[in-house]
Amino acid sequence: MAADAVTTRLQDEFEATAYHPVESALGSVIEIEDFNFWYDEKQALFNNTLKIQKELVTSLIGPSGCGKSTLLRSFNRMNDLIDGIRRDGTIAIEGTDIHNPRVEVIELRKRLGMVFQKPNPFPMSIFENVVYPLRVDGIRDRRLLEETCERSLRDAALWDEVSDRLQDNALGLSGGQQQRLCIARAIASEPEIILMDEPCSALDPIATARIEDLIAQLKEHFSIVIVTHNMQQAARVSDNTAFMFLGRLIEYGETKKIFMNPMNVRTSDYITGRFG
Amino acid sequence: MKAKDPKQKKEKKEPEILIREGDSGNHNEPPPEVAQAAEVETSPPGRTGLRASIDFKARGEPFVWIMGGALALGVLMIIGFLALVLWNGIVTFYPGPVEVVTLKNGQRIAGEPFRSESFRPSPEQMKRLDPETRRIIREADGFAHRTLYRIGNFDVYNEDFKWAVAHQVAKTETPPGIFFIERREWGPFIGFIKTLTLDGRRIPGEKVSLDALYVAHDDAVDRREAIRSIEVDEIGAINYYIEEDRLALRRTELDYGKKSAEYRAEMEKFERQTKERRAGFAVLKKRIAAINKEDEKYKVTLSEIGGREKRLRLSEIVRIYPANNLSFFGKIGVYFSRWGEFLTDDPREANTEGGVLPAIFGTIMMTLLMVVFVAPFGVITALYLREYAKEGALVSIVRICVNNLAGVPSIVYGVFGLGFFAYTIGVGIDQLFYPERLPNPTFGTGGLLWASLTLALLTVPVVIVATEEALTAVPRSMREGSLACGASKWQTIRNIVLPQAMPGIMTGLILAMARGAGEVAPLMLVGVVKLAPELPFDTFFPFLHPERSFMHLGFHIYDVGFQSRNSEAGKPMVFVTTLLLITIIALMNAFAIMIRNRLRRKFVEGQF
Repeated sequence: MAADAVTTRLQDEFEATAYHPVESALGSVIEIEDFNFWYDEKQALFNNTLKIQKELVTSLIGPSGCGKSTLLRSFNRMNDLIDGIRRDGTIAIEGTDIHNPRVEVIELRKRLGMVFQKPNPFPMSIFENVVYPLRVDGIRDRRLLEETCERSLRDAALWDEVSDRLQDNALGLSGGQQQRLCIARAIASEPEIILMDEPCSALDPIATARIEDLIAQLKEHFSIVIVTHNMQQAARVSDNTAFMFLGRLIEYGETKKIFMNPMNVRTSDYITGRFG
Repeated sequence: MKAKDPKQKKEKKEPEILIREGDSGNHNEPPPEVAQAAEVETSPPGRTGLRASIDFKARGEPFVWIMGGALALGVLMIIGFLALVLWNGIVTFYPGPVEVVTLKNGQRIAGEPFRSESFRPSPEQMKRLDPETRRIIREADGFAHRTLYRIGNFDVYNEDFKWAVAHQVAKTETPPGIFFIERREWGPFIGFIKTLTLDGRRIPGEKVSLDALYVAHDDAVDRREAIRSIEVDEIGAINYYIEEDRLALRRTELDYGKKSAEYRAEMEKFERQTKERRAGFAVLKKRIAAINKEDEKYKVTLSEIGGREKRLRLSEIVRIYPANNLSFFGKIGVYFSRWGEFLTDDPREANTEGGVLPAIFGTIMMTLLMVVFVAPFGVITALYLREYAKEGALVSIVRICVNNLAGVPSIVYGVFGLGFFAYTIGVGIDQLFYPERLPNPTFGTGGLLWASLTLALLTVPVVIVATEEALTAVPRSMREGSLACGASKWQTIRNIVLPQAMPGIMTGLILAMARGAGEVAPLMLVGVVKLAPELPFDTFFPFLHPERSFMHLGFHIYDVGFQSRNSEAGKPMVFVTTLLLITIIALMNAFAIMIRNRLRRKFVEGQF
C-alpha cells in the first residue's frame, strides 16, 4: 500500500472526527483538545480532540505507529522522559491542565496508575512491590501499608494466590500474576484513572481473560484507558473506542457502534481487517 | 552434508517472554521448528578444485586456528606462570637433607643442596685440572656438572652458598647427627651440637636427647617472647605516653609562649609525669634483666663441619632439627611451622627471613581503604554521567578523559599522590592540626591514607566505566514502572536502578581491587617502606593510624628479590611472597564475587 496515497485520501476524509461516544453520568475525566505532539521533527499526533468518560473503559485502537501509545503516555507525561519532544494543545484532567507549570508531574503520576505492555515488577518482595507508591510518599505506617497491600491485591484478584507468600520475590510469579501485581501496584495509590498500554500482549489467552475480567471489575471505581492491538479485546472490555490512524483520531464512539456500524470508511477497513 | 540430512533441524530459541499462568502450565506449545534450509553446499561436479579453495577462505578456517592459537598461547602463559609460582612457593619451606661433601683436596662442605646445573669450564679452568678429569669433561662435550650448596654459617664463612663441582667431589654423605639451626641473627647454622647447657648443667652433644632439647627450646622461646612483649608493649606504651606528654607541652608552648604561666604549669606537670614514667622504665628493665639471667643458663655450643665452634643461647634459635634424621611427619611439622612463622611473624635479617605479617596487614588494609574511597567516588561520578548529565560533546569529552586516565603510567599517579596528597594537603593538615609535632611530619609524608587515595585515583576509571555499563543495562521498563508510580528521578535511581546495577558495580570494584592490590610503583612514593616500625593499627587511640607508613607484599617482593644482601637467598622468599600476594588477591576477589553472586540471585527471574 502506498503510504502517500493513503495520506492524501485520509486528509480528504479527515475533516472531522466521527464522534459519538457513550456519555458517562459522571461526565468526562480527561479532556483533550487540539493536542499535537512531535518527536524531534516528526509529528506523531495531529489535532487530537476527545473527552474520556469517567468510570468507563475507553480503548484506543489502530495500526502500529498510529500514535495511540504516545497519546496514552501523554496523559501522565511519561513522554517528558524523552529528549527532543514538543507538544501543543491541552490535556485537562478533572478540569486541570496537566501542562500547567504549577502541576507537579510526580503528583500527576500518582493520580494516574499505569500498567505496561511487559509486566515489570521490581526485583523485591510482592509486598514491597504493591506498596511501592506509598513508600515513595514516605509512608512508614506498617498497618496502613498492610491494609493497602491487601486491598490492592484483592482488587487485582491476586490476593488468594499470593497471600501466604507476600515476602517472596515478585520475579518468581508467573507472567499473568506479574501483570496483575503491576495492576495492584498501579491502584495502590488510589488513582482516579488507570492507563493500560497493551497489558495483555505478552500474556497467554487464559491470563488475558483474567485481566479482562479484572478490567470489568475495576471500572466500578476507576476510569480506564486501554491501548490494545486486539480488536476482540477492545470489543469485549470497553464502553468507548477511539480509532486512530497516522496520528489522527478517525473515529471515537460507542464500542458497539464502532464495531457493528462504523461511521468512517477507514474504521470499517481496519476493523474488517482490510489493512493494519 | 547438512543438505543430505533432512531431519537436521535447528530449534528456534524460545521467545524471551514466555509467560503462562502458573496453574495452566501444560499449555506450552512445542517450540516452533524451522528446517535448516540454508547452508546447502552447491558445488557442481567438475569445478571442485576452484570451489574448494574459495570455500576454505570463505569458511574462515585459518582465522579460527589463529584465534584459537592466540587463546591457547595466553592460557598457557598464565598457567605456566601460576604453576611456577605455585610449585616454587610450595616447596620452599620443605626441609631438605644436609649433605656433607668431601672434595678431593680434602675440604669439606656441609649444606642443603640448593640447585644443580651443567656448565662449560673455561679453558683456564681446564688447564688446571688433572688429565683424567679433563678427559671426562671432553667426553661430555666440554660440560661439567656442579651443585650449589646452601652452607649457612654466614658469621663464620662470610658466604651463604658454595658450588661443588662434580669432578672435584670425592665423597658425599648424609651424617645423621648434623643439625639445621635457624637463628634469630646471621641466618642458618649447619653443624653439630657439641655441648648443651641446661640450667647450668653441661651435656655433651652425643648424649643430648632431642625431646629434652625441644622442651628446653620451647621454654627459651617463651622467655624470648616475654622479653619482647615487655619491650614492645610495655616499654612501647611508656614511650608513647612520654611522647604524648612532650607533644602536649609543645602544644602549650605554641599556644601560650614559653614565658607564660600555662607553660610553666605544663612544664612542671611534664617533668613530674616523665619522672614517674621513667621509674616504670626501671622496673621493667629489672624484669628483663631477671629473665635474661635465667636465659643465660640455657646455651648450646655448636661446631661447624670444619670444627670451628659457636656458642649461643637457646633463645637465639628459631628452629632446630636434625636434617637427616627426620621422619616424614617431622618434615611436615617443620614445613608447617615455617609457614606459621612466615604468616604470623615480623621480618628479620633485612626481610629475607622471618614473616611478612606487617606486609600482609598493610596490603589488605590499603586495598580495603582504597575500595572504601573508590566505590562512592566512582559510583557517584558514573551516576551523574549516565543519569543526569545531558548527552553531548562535553559528556563525551569527559568520558574520553576518564577512559584515558586508565592509561596513565602508575608511577605518575605516585608522583601526583606525593606532590598533592602528602606535600600539599598533608603539610596543610600538619600545620593546622599537628603543629606540635613539626618538624616531624604526621600527614605530610607518605602513609596508608595517601597510598589508598592514590590507588583510588588510579582505579577510579575502572569503576566509572563498569558502573556506567551496569546503569545502562537496567531495563527501561523498570525505570518507567517506578516513575509511573509517582517516584521522583532520585527515588527511582535509589530504589530501583542502583540495586539492580549493584552486581555490575561490584564487578567494577573487583577489577579495581585486583589492579590496586597488585600495584607497587606508585606506592613506593606515597608510603610503602622496606620495614615499618609500627603497624598502622594498634591499641592506642584512635587505633587506626592512616598517617603511618606501612609494608606491602608487592614491595616486599621487590625488596627481597633485588635489594637484599644475597639475591640467591632471597629467591625462595620471592616465590613464597608472590604466592601469598596472589592468594590474598584471589581470596579478596572470591569474597567480592560471592557478594556479587548473592546480589545477582535476587534479580534473576524465577522459574514459572
